[in-house]
Amino acid sequence: MATGALPVGKTASPAEHAPDNYLTHTSGVLSWIFTLDHKRIGLMYLVGILTSFFIGGMLAMAIRAHLISPADSPLSNEQYNQIFTLHGAIMVFLFIIPSIPAALGNFLVPVMLGAKDVAFPRLNLCSFYLWCGGAIFFISALLSSGLDTGWTFYTPYSTDSETSVVLATLGAFILGFSSIFTGLNFIVTINTMRPPGMTWFRMPLFLWATYSTSIIQVLATPVLGITLLLLIAERTLHVGIFDPEFNGDPVTYQHFFWFYSHPAVYIMILPAFGIISELISVHSHKGIFGYRFIAYSSVAIALLGFLVWGHHMFTAGMSSLTTIIFSALTFSVSVPSAIKVFNWLATMYKGSISLTTPMCYALVFLFLFTIGGLTGLFLGTLSTDLHLHDTYFVVAHFHYVMMGGTLVAFVGGLFHWWPKMIGRMYNEFWGRVSSVLVFIGFNMAFLPQFVMGSRGMPRRYATYDGEFQALHQLSSVGSFILGIGLLIAGLCLLHSLFKGKLAPANPWGGATLEWMCTSPPPYYNFARPPVVGDPYEFEHIDYDPSIDGYVVNEPVRHRVPSDPHGAPAHAKHHH
Amino acid sequence: MATTEVLTHEADAHDDHHGDHPSFLAHHFDTPEQQYDSGKLGMWLFLVTEVLFFSGLFCAYAIYRFLRPDVFAGCSEFLNTQLGAINTGVLLFSSLTMAWAVRCAQLEQHKMLTGMLAATLSCASIFLGVKAIEYSHKFGMGLLPGGFYSYVPGAPHDGTIYLVWISAPFAIILLGLFVWYVVACLGQNKFQMRISGPMTIVFLCYFAGVGLGTLLESGSAEGHHEGAAHASASDHEGAVHEAGEVAHEAGTEIAPATVTEITPSTAGTDDSVLEMLAVDTANTGVRQQLSAAQRQQELSGGPVSQSPGGKAAAVSEASLDINNKFLAGGFFSIYYCMTGIHAIHILAGMGVLTWLLVRSVRHDFNRQYFGPVDYVGLYWHIVDLIWIYLFPLLYLIR
Amino acid sequence: MAHTNSAHAHGEGRPGYDFAHPFPVWGLLAVFFALVFLTIVTVAQASFDFGSYEVLISMIIATIKACLVVFFFMHLAFDKPYNAVLFLGSLLFVTLFLAFTLMDSQTTREMFEPTITDVATP
Repeated sequence: MATGALPVGKTASPAEHAPDNYLTHTSGVLSWIFTLDHKRIGLMYLVGILTSFFIGGMLAMAIRAHLISPADSPLSNEQYNQIFTLHGAIMVFLFIIPSIPAALGNFLVPVMLGAKDVAFPRLNLCSFYLWCGGAIFFISALLSSGLDTGWTFYTPYSTDSETSVVLATLGAFILGFSSIFTGLNFIVTINTMRPPGMTWFRMPLFLWATYSTSIIQVLATPVLGITLLLLIAERTLHVGIFDPEFNGDPVTYQHFFWFYSHPAVYIMILPAFGIISELISVHSHKGIFGYRFIAYSSVAIALLGFLVWGHHMFTAGMSSLTTIIFSALTFSVSVPSAIKVFNWLATMYKGSISLTTPMCYALVFLFLFTIGGLTGLFLGTLSTDLHLHDTYFVVAHFHYVMMGGTLVAFVGGLFHWWPKMIGRMYNEFWGRVSSVLVFIGFNMAFLPQFVMGSRGMPRRYATYDGEFQALHQLSSVGSFILGIGLLIAGLCLLHSLFKGKLAPANPWGGATLEWMCTSPPPYYNFARPPVVGDPYEFEHIDYDPSIDGYVVNEPVRHRVPSDPHGAPAHAKHHH
Repeated sequence: MATTEVLTHEADAHDDHHGDHPSFLAHHFDTPEQQYDSGKLGMWLFLVTEVLFFSGLFCAYAIYRFLRPDVFAGCSEFLNTQLGAINTGVLLFSSLTMAWAVRCAQLEQHKMLTGMLAATLSCASIFLGVKAIEYSHKFGMGLLPGGFYSYVPGAPHDGTIYLVWISAPFAIILLGLFVWYVVACLGQNKFQMRISGPMTIVFLCYFAGVGLGTLLESGSAEGHHEGAAHASASDHEGAVHEAGEVAHEAGTEIAPATVTEITPSTAGTDDSVLEMLAVDTANTGVRQQLSAAQRQQELSGGPVSQSPGGKAAAVSEASLDINNKFLAGGFFSIYYCMTGIHAIHILAGMGVLTWLLVRSVRHDFNRQYFGPVDYVGLYWHIVDLIWIYLFPLLYLIR
Repeated sequence: MAHTNSAHAHGEGRPGYDFAHPFPVWGLLAVFFALVFLTIVTVAQASFDFGSYEVLISMIIATIKACLVVFFFMHLAFDKPYNAVLFLGSLLFVTLFLAFTLMDSQTTREMFEPTITDVATP
């Protein structure tokens, strides 16, 4: 039988594993290169971003190895400048920004919606190849003469630098388009392709998070595009807009840059929030607490994120009036973020928590993100920021948010949806070991940096005062443990590709639509629009030991939505 | 697994779900309206990104116009208002034909649709032709972005070589299209004739635009340059000095006089400072150096300039001269960035309009499938809309 | 008009198949002539000296023209409200961007472009 949706109330067993799925539907290299299937594109993205994460991670290891001692390192100071710049640029532009939306989002958004594909499949493929094009530019910058401006390309560093700034900015420009197209596709897909019965407030929270992220991608990324174009013009034609040598204003560059790059921080973290909402609810087997608050807070963060970019520039020479306004506005963002954390904690309360690998990562996220968020308050406060600006305190803060937040959520999400994407289960033991190592290594690497930063260790320096050596060494050891933890996670997933046992349709007991189709999903996801229920209603989902998975036992869902709001989105406003 | 199985499965899934699925309806949509609405929402989102993309340029414009209003007013005199106004009219007309084309697609008036698209494309060509004249003329005069700004008033200028370079690709394409048209005529290929014919006219229009531009630019060239010079002379708070030589002379004349009033110990440095300032009046760093030196002298009790009025006059006199790569060059940087990126959008628009033209000849569009025409129309209108703002902001500054 | 294409023959009258709303020709022409008229006005006003109001006037005229294009040529007046919200919302973000950046560059202009009085008065 070829249908994708499991018959309601019927148990699924591995024997019923549908023979035809999106991986086996067609074969050959060309069937992947020219595929329009969102699941395959998501998988190709996954390979791409994991490769760039590996490169960025190796550069990070090089940074930490260099900083073990203040003086004797095989790397020269110029090489160090290039390595930290490329680490930042690769991690931000090639890994974190596309990680969750482009890889997991591409795979999950249509399946969670019960749709056959995203609204514009060709645009989706185009966005993947744009990502590849951007990556090629970055690699050519790396191979030609490197990049030493910091990932922010601040003028006048970037206008004076001898390194390949133009190649790298072109790469970032192209990646921007890739990001815009992904966001645009998701907004349209969620707006027009929801199945009958899925109202806005019956959408899984991951979709709310993706929707909010997409809004930022569409609104903010074009400003980065024009900024980078003007920067290229500045280097080649000396247009005198950002370059002080030609009467330009570097602070204006920073305004332009952060108008994108602060909202971009929320492009990175919002999808992670979405993943955590799913993970905590499913693995606690308890409905999400405060669904509407979490949904609205995603949108609120997306919009408020546009009001606070100036807090990156408190010491850059803005007027005091502007700094005060931006500082005050900065605190507004903490409200919706805190709402989310409280709701997750309340969800876990009295839930029946399974400490699976994804849940372990979700708990790591909660701990690390909370530290990252709270230390942000010191940086948003004007008086303390003057002291902490451009120190390791900032480095530690954004690693706690970006890495402890986004990366950990990404890995957790990967473990959560891996059985769905690949159809194989991984080794739970090694998965949990990796999460513990990541937790220990991460805190060991970055907690000392808070201390160093508040004692005055500036960031981006190739060397340091002897008093910081012990802390730097602690941080380096921690980062190596972190690296090993992530390596174990990767090996665990790779191993499952070959040796893992077949995954049931619903290994965790989720109630969202992606668990209603087989693992891996068939080519068309669902032959018929699936029956939509409450995405966080777990009452009738029970464990079945015979298949080592969960089944829906007592269907209470209606095939035909009884309320008028249940009509599909595109059928409304009918002329 | 056998391919046939897959195919039948696919076909089954299709059939029992959709009943009849028109060829223009993508497999993942249920109805043509859902497809149209999705496309339209996608296009509006793209337009949102366009608006924010251009907002960066408008922001840069606003910052520097507020900062140096006299520079903008002075340099704007170099832009030919007549050509700008004609281009505005041409773009507005192309918007009309584009909106009409959408109507034709909805009513299935295929011939008229092709005509309207060709008219829109022709207007785009005329626009670019006029723009080529404006650009090559300015390139010839050395009115270039910051780093390359090299305008010397009164010097002979000739932009022909630049015009040739800009026009060469258009000429090659025109030739190719014409040959294609002739071959299609000889081969009696109606379909190819219907495409290459209108496209030949479209690229001829580029040269019509060039001709129109040459006519107007040569007619008014002397006029508007003198106008620029007059405007600067009459406007005491600064505008283009014809040459800025006046100011330079004033600067060098006064410099020695000022130096004599300064203590010998610092005279050397001040001399060099003032010399630099005379050569490079917009060098704010040097200006600060000068003021710092003066303050230092005052604090150390040394004699200050005994004619502060005279010196202020010298400095302000020098600061009036905007003919350098920092001030006038800055204006032209912004001018080229804004109009250049707009012109790139026009070129991209011509690309997609050509694709539409081919499809309209193929009779691809009907009452349920006119989306592509509508989406390209939206894009074309936003390009027009940006020009509606660029025109007064660049050409009509007083 | 003749419906010659077979593609819609089976879609007649079904929901989701009849949604084309052509804009009347007189409407298109009226908008076009209004736009041309406003262009003439904006060129004409440039030859009068309105001082600092000049930018304001030309921007108001440009905005009226832009509204005509957006609401009629781009059919936003008859479109789904969500598209209008999107487009007008984007202008809000442009305003935000311009407002903060300009406010800052206005308040710090002395810092990067010293005036003559700075040099002259010690």
